[in-house]
Amino acid sequence: MDAPNKIVLRGRKVVGGVAEGEAIVTKDTVSGWGGIDSTTGTIIERRHELVGQSFKDKVLVFPGAKGSSGYSHFFHLARVYGAAPKAQLFNKMTTKVALGAVVTRVPAMTDFDRDPLEMIETGDWVKVDADRGVVEVTKRARGGRQ
Amino acid sequence: MKLTDAERAMLDGREGKAKQKAMDLLVRYGEALGAERLVDVNNVAGTWNAGSPAMKPFAEKGMDAVFSKFNLDSDEVVETPQAEVYTCQLIHGIDTQNAHVTGVAAEAVERQKQAEKYFGRRGVAMFNTCTPYQVGNVPVRGEHCAWMESSAVVYCNAVLGARTNTEGRESTGAASITGKIPYWGFHLEENRYGTHRVEVEVEVDDMMDWGLLGYYVGEIVQEDIPVLAGLTHTPSMIKLKHFGAAAASSGGVEMYHIPGTTPEAPTLEAAFGPKKPVGTIKYGKAERKLAYDNLNSSAKDTAVDFVMLGCPHNSIEQVWTAAKMLDGKKLSPNTQLWIFTPRALRDTAELNGYGQMIRDAGAHLMSDTCPAIGRVMPKGTIVVATDSAKQAHYLPAIMKCQTWFGSVEDCINAALTGQWRGGLS
Repeated sequence: MDAPNKIVLRGRKVVGGVAEGEAIVTKDTVSGWGGIDSTTGTIIERRHELVGQSFKDKVLVFPGAKGSSGYSHFFHLARVYGAAPKAQLFNKMTTKVALGAVVTRVPAMTDFDRDPLEMIETGDWVKVDADRGVVEVTKRARGGRQ
Repeated sequence: MKLTDAERAMLDGREGKAKQKAMDLLVRYGEALGAERLVDVNNVAGTWNAGSPAMKPFAEKGMDAVFSKFNLDSDEVVETPQAEVYTCQLIHGIDTQNAHVTGVAAEAVERQKQAEKYFGRRGVAMFNTCTPYQVGNVPVRGEHCAWMESSAVVYCNAVLGARTNTEGRESTGAASITGKIPYWGFHLEENRYGTHRVEVEVEVDDMMDWGLLGYYVGEIVQEDIPVLAGLTHTPSMIKLKHFGAAAASSGGVEMYHIPGTTPEAPTLEAAFGPKKPVGTIKYGKAERKLAYDNLNSSAKDTAVDFVMLGCPHNSIEQVWTAAKMLDGKKLSPNTQLWIFTPRALRDTAELNGYGQMIRDAGAHLMSDTCPAIGRVMPKGTIVVATDSAKQAHYLPAIMKCQTWFGSVEDCINAALTGQWRGGLS
């Protein structure tokens, strides 16, 4: 596994801008109120697969939002406390996830040509150009990495 | 997104700084959704407050700073204008009249009172409840609204036939001073038809039955739109209040239909409109038991420290039911009982003497908040009992406690004896 494997996804801009970072990927929807600690960006929901892990400074790849209408406020607070993700990529558009993305003010995209939950794994390096609608994924070298 | 001349004028700043910031947020939000335009709203339910610990550093800069940042997503501090359209405050974190019971710090109570005074005078009706429809805010069928609070949103759409998406703090802040919200989702007729047919095969009648049905169906359909077939009893307002809150907690249900009962479903066929059901869900004995077991999965110890009633906030009828059951009795010395109702109904309950009946038994009648939102429970609470599926869903996660779910009778009995003896009949 020497040469890094690159994948390009195309999708629709939700919030414009360009950012890159390490991916943190979950197949579970994310809740704001009762779901994240806004001061650290840590997922706190008991049965969430990312419980105890933080999305701070990472590219959060997730199916969408769930739970309370406080969702946007808790992502808003995460930005205020410097614990926001670098970018957000998600599948299912709802008012919750849209407003949350807007007030987090980091590049965000949806409506992809291929499922980002399948194409991106935690640890991959992800460049998001929301203005052009392009996501460039560099697969993390796996096994035998020096 | 296409804007009208009036909307463009606001965005250009011709109606003042605050409306400019509000329109900027609404355009960013509408474009994120992929909405083509905005729609006029004259009914906004959101939250304007600064009581929580995370808000403290902002509240110290004044209420305009709180409003600008958290209700408009504006970096620049703008002066809070008067609400342009009918606006009300939903449930929040602090019952300012019961801080001696909940133990909330005096400075947080003071911040809450300041916020109520400041935003109240700018046209935010301080209903302070998750159930604005119980205290006079009853939009008509087809009316476009901008509401937060999942249990209120589902009631607004399904029971009243008014139209709202699940809005957030920033979008309701902007809607209140502009009278606009993105025209998307549940504002459009085509998105309001049923998706799943639920075959109800067991009797669903009392409050607990409705909570169990909602909790089961919500978990299955998630954010889709269930249509309930086979019901043998017509539900009352309080049962639909409980059903919707449960379905919005286990899933994200924002709309449902009960043919013959809810306004957009005169018949089963009408509930689906031109669309075919994508699935059928059976609700029988086994499904009812599964919902009950899931709701009680966090509880082990039968010694109950704390009993909570009133999520969503109790109607005056529910307060009276509890007061009657407590009349002339005393709570177990090991157990506390808090009963939550909207502030306006608490005043009615006091006038009626229900508040005194409740206090005479050693319980408390409260308003404005709930244990999950306010993160308040009696000190040392390990085991909770509640008649609310929503509260039973959230409390174990938020307050790290065991939670029993049951009927109001089970809960009052637990408060009187200190022991949980509930079960599924």
